[in-house]
Amino acid sequence: MSAATDGDLRDERILQTSPLRKLLARPELGSVVGALAVLVFFALAADGFLRAASLGTVLYASSTIGIMAVPVALLMIGGEFDLSAGVLVTSSALVSSMFSYQMTANTWVGVGVSLLVSLAIGAFNGFVLTRTRLPSFIVTLGTFLMLTGMNLGFTKLIDGTVSTKTIADMEGFPSAHAVFASTLTLGGVDVRVTVLWWFALVALGSWILLRTRAGNWIFAVGGNQDAARAVGVPVARTKIALYMGVAFGAWVSGQHLLFSFDAVQSGEGVGNELIYIIAAVIGGCLITGGYGSAVGSAIGALLFGMTSKGIVFAEWNPDWFKFFLGAMLLLATLLNAWVRKRAEATK
Amino acid sequence: MARFRTWVGIAVAGALGISLTACSSTGGKRAEDARKAAAAQGRAAVNTPRWTFAMITHSGDGDTFWDIVQSGAKQAAVKDNINFVYSHDAQAQQQAQLVDAAVDKKVDGIIVTLAKPDALKAAVARAEKAGIPVVTVNSGSEQSKAFGALTHIGQDETIAGEAVGDELNRRGRKKALCVLHEQGNVGHEQRCDGVAKTFHGTVQKLYVNGTNMPDVQSAIEAKLQADKSVDAVVTLGAPYADTAVKAKGDAGSSAEVDTFDLNAKVAAELKDGTLGFAVDQQPYLQGYQAVDLLWLYKYNGDVLGGGKPVLTGPQIITKDQAGALAEYTQRGTR
Repeated sequence: MSAATDGDLRDERILQTSPLRKLLARPELGSVVGALAVLVFFALAADGFLRAASLGTVLYASSTIGIMAVPVALLMIGGEFDLSAGVLVTSSALVSSMFSYQMTANTWVGVGVSLLVSLAIGAFNGFVLTRTRLPSFIVTLGTFLMLTGMNLGFTKLIDGTVSTKTIADMEGFPSAHAVFASTLTLGGVDVRVTVLWWFALVALGSWILLRTRAGNWIFAVGGNQDAARAVGVPVARTKIALYMGVAFGAWVSGQHLLFSFDAVQSGEGVGNELIYIIAAVIGGCLITGGYGSAVGSAIGALLFGMTSKGIVFAEWNPDWFKFFLGAMLLLATLLNAWVRKRAEATK
Repeated sequence: MARFRTWVGIAVAGALGISLTACSSTGGKRAEDARKAAAAQGRAAVNTPRWTFAMITHSGDGDTFWDIVQSGAKQAAVKDNINFVYSHDAQAQQQAQLVDAAVDKKVDGIIVTLAKPDALKAAVARAEKAGIPVVTVNSGSEQSKAFGALTHIGQDETIAGEAVGDELNRRGRKKALCVLHEQGNVGHEQRCDGVAKTFHGTVQKLYVNGTNMPDVQSAIEAKLQADKSVDAVVTLGAPYADTAVKAKGDAGSSAEVDTFDLNAKVAAELKDGTLGFAVDQQPYLQGYQAVDLLWLYKYNGDVLGGGKPVLTGPQIITKDQAGALAEYTQRGTR
């Protein structure tokens, strides 16, 4: 892409695009409208929803999903899925906990080993995908099942029970707890540190997507893989890196699980991968790839957090939660599609 | 399209017609309504303020056991003039967040299950700090006191397992299969370990995927076919007992099927001898007592149990007692 054509393209758009059109073309617009609607709705319907403490809880719930939704959104923009993301969180927590405990090492050693193992699993996903040319759905489904089995198998083998032993009394725990699971009081509101991790990851994800060459590569491989390869985009490297990004998110989430609860249940995390994907899709990511944003994934996660906790605050029957979630997913996606169509039609 | 619509119209009309003309004179919704009408009309029996109690459990979606716990809690809530709020999540992190949400709401009492105690420690501590009394139910008897809860109401899983082991000995069994339907549930492990502790024969653990019944059936079937010497199958939840019976039939095994917990089906099968025995922890009582004890604490500062768990089980139920319980399981309270 030479500078001249670059300039031409930009000129063409500036000529015809008003600021409003630009706003309409943002992937996350539909979800912002949805999030505002849900916020107003629960503010009216749920007693105490707008209390500072309640918002702290909602933000925390959103952050535990949002931390994973950012790398998952990037991966989806790159045109791939990761069904192993949910259990990878648990794996990462288990590795960290058991390594520290069995080696009687400082907990930070376990944290470091866990990062390496998680990234290796992510790289494995990407490597198998690019080598075999199998769909990511199949590859990561395989990893998902293997990890689920390994989580339980290794935990039983090493610890003799289905949950790990507590590491709360070991060296390095307080500092790791501060980094991954502490609570800060900002202006009278208890904010969990995961919220900061989440914001940082959203900022990082947005910067990568919008300001770096790697970001262009992600859009390119998601939009049209063969065309991207033809113009010299390193497709395999980009996809492997995206999977490693998901693994990094899983590592952060996993360490949070471990250090906020001291012990980890080996059977958890199954099903969460879909929640991350839902958050990304509500936030404007296309299932087919090539379109979406990191900020959108954050708004998707916030929608999810507000709905799941709002139903509790409103004292509704929780049996209906999944129904609302499904309806919201459909509405948000339809709204996204409609907004996008309008934006493209009037370019 | 038009033709399709016509067909749909005919199908709907047909279904309506059949449902209107083909009434059953036994069972069904009508019989249930009659039973409900016969039951006492719920009215508050006290004039204390309308407090809100929140119950947060580790149950998955649509779990029969927790329906019974809830019906007990609701019954007590009606009597004690309580606004009862229920929420649940099978994942520890989500469950902890639900407890946080209840604290944010400033409810007057919290009932929580500690199936994953480490995960809920901080959330329960936050409730204590906010001055909200907490009662733990069903699971977490070891941690309840340390976490600062008033009382724990439930069954000690190890003791329950030991009771099953004793009963198996009484029945002269040699080789038992313990079917765990929820991988990662500490209470389930304790149950099987309890059985192994008192049972003179050998106990083998079999992990199955409890959310997928056909999978449970085929796993038990395969195990029974592979090992003909198994003469007792112990399931850890009422819905799985019937599945184990089917698996036993298909595998041509003569093992006796026994189970933890009750439901209508189990009561019926105990009665006709399909099942050996059930060990019940009286879930209705767990829900009922939890609400009642919170009410007593708010009203009169009363605490039950003297710092020890209040046990609702194990109660071994065999053919002899099953008849009396059939009616109670029908209405969903046992």
